Amino acid sequence: MRRAVQSLLLGLVALLLAACVGAPLRGTGDLGLVIERASGHVTLVNTSSRSAYARIGGLGDLSHASVVYSRDARYAFIFGRDGGLSKVDLLEARMVKRIIQSGNAIGGSISQDGRIVVAQNYTPGGIKAFDADTLELLSEVPAEYAPGRFSKVVGLADVPGNKFAYALFDGGEIWVSDFSDPKRPVTQRYPAGQQPYDGLVTPNGRHYLAGLFGEDGIALLDLWQPELGARKILEKYGRGEEKLPVFKMPHLRGWSVAAGRAWLPAIGRHEVLVADAATWQETGRVAVKGQPVFVMASPDGRQIWVNFAFPDNGWVQVIDTLSGKVVQTLQPGKAVLHMEFTPRGEAVWISARDDNRVLIYDTRSFRQLGSLAADAPSGIFFSSRAARIGF
Amino acid sequence: MLTLLLLGCFALPAAAEPSAARQQELIHLVRQDCGSCHGMTLQGGLGPALLPATLADKPAEGLVATIIGGRPGTPMPPWHRFLAEDEAQWIVAKLMAGFPQ
Ligand code: HEC
Repeated sequence: MRRAVQSLLLGLVALLLAACVGAPLRGTGDLGLVIERASGHVTLVNTSSRSAYARIGGLGDLSHASVVYSRDARYAFIFGRDGGLSKVDLLEARMVKRIIQSGNAIGGSISQDGRIVVAQNYTPGGIKAFDADTLELLSEVPAEYAPGRFSKVVGLADVPGNKFAYALFDGGEIWVSDFSDPKRPVTQRYPAGQQPYDGLVTPNGRHYLAGLFGEDGIALLDLWQPELGARKILEKYGRGEEKLPVFKMPHLRGWSVAAGRAWLPAIGRHEVLVADAATWQETGRVAVKGQPVFVMASPDGRQIWVNFAFPDNGWVQVIDTLSGKVVQTLQPGKAVLHMEFTPRGEAVWISARDDNRVLIYDTRSFRQLGSLAADAPSGIFFSSRAARIGF
Repeated sequence: MLTLLLLGCFALPAAAEPSAARQQELIHLVRQDCGSCHGMTLQGGLGPALLPATLADKPAEGLVATIIGGRPGTPMPPWHRFLAEDEAQWIVAKLMAGFPQ
């Protein structure tokens, strides 16, 4: 007993000493990063002080880069377009590891237990699993949907059970790979529809939705009852009318569910589609300024913020989920590419690529709270993503 | 009249070069907005790579027609609202030669 107390005390002293020599101890809950797509940099930011605290370069081609966080919310895994996978330490503000994992990547996700980071690739089409500590390759699942034919993979999302759900753009299927044994993944396939362009899993991890480009509708797979297969919801939402051109593909993620409904971008229509998240029947649509790209619910689900494809990418609109109406139209800057809410949603950060600025708005008053310089900023990713299913 | 004809002849193969300022806009459009599907480095994404090597054996007129009219049934949209034919020709020529930064 005495011994145990003694070693405990010793341990405490060591900790205190370490704290004295190193930087002061801090958490990462209010940290995040901004992708600077043109120059291969990321700027590390603090959402409490609304400022940048470091900048890291050498990350390759970051167009369309996306980020997931380790489960301790200390490390960011950055997936670059050029197949680069970089691990960045938010606390020490440095890159700890970088590998080139494929020729052409589009994003990634992290497993429920935090041990596996999975990248989704266009070429060669498929997914690859890496050890989250070492970035050592564990296994891969080529998206070979027919003999010798490989598909681009889109919409990768982690789902409970150390599984990942994703969709095959060319193959028209949803796949669910189980990484319970990380070196020997087991994959189930579900026919989904024509040209899935992205996917999402609902915040509770139950439903996987794949948006379809090649037909009007969204494929829905109930992961609690996958044996029922994928079915189509919001079918024929275009009512046979000619589609408007889509100058940028919309993005889906688990932020689409709010106030009991799913808020989804239409393809080729300037509308946000609304479906009941229990019955999946359409309950309404909201006319907006352009082709929606991100349709993002605030953390409390009260608001939906929408940005748009070229040429309407200077606008942002806000829908109130109670009235189902657009309540605010903003012009934050040129080429708005992304929006990210602070963990509890009092503010939203918006990147304006062609103004080289990130703008911070108050979500209640819609007043601008501040701004940050960044070189062609695109994605903004806060560490609060670490705790979310489907990211 | 003759000069007009001559001008027309000369304009055909090289196409009317966009002004220097417009060229900058076109470069930005291709890298950034075409880049959302083809990649900022044009090495491909949802859309195929648009590099000299991948375009080498494709007829330029076909590529120009793809840019102006899009490819129905694929995500490649028509750009005629934003690009004149000669601007699309200029883009294709630059893509085939190696696109400026
Ligand atoms: C929304 C996505 C998207 C955008 C934006 C886009 N493209 Fe495309 N593009 C595609 C796809 C997909 C294809 C392949 C179509 C097919 O399957 O035949 C394509 C094909 C092409 C081709 C033919 C390539 C070949 O090898 O035959 C050219 C040239 C091209 N695009 C140029 C452009 C230019 C220039 C722009 C911008 C002004 C642009 N694209 C913007 C998706 C896009």
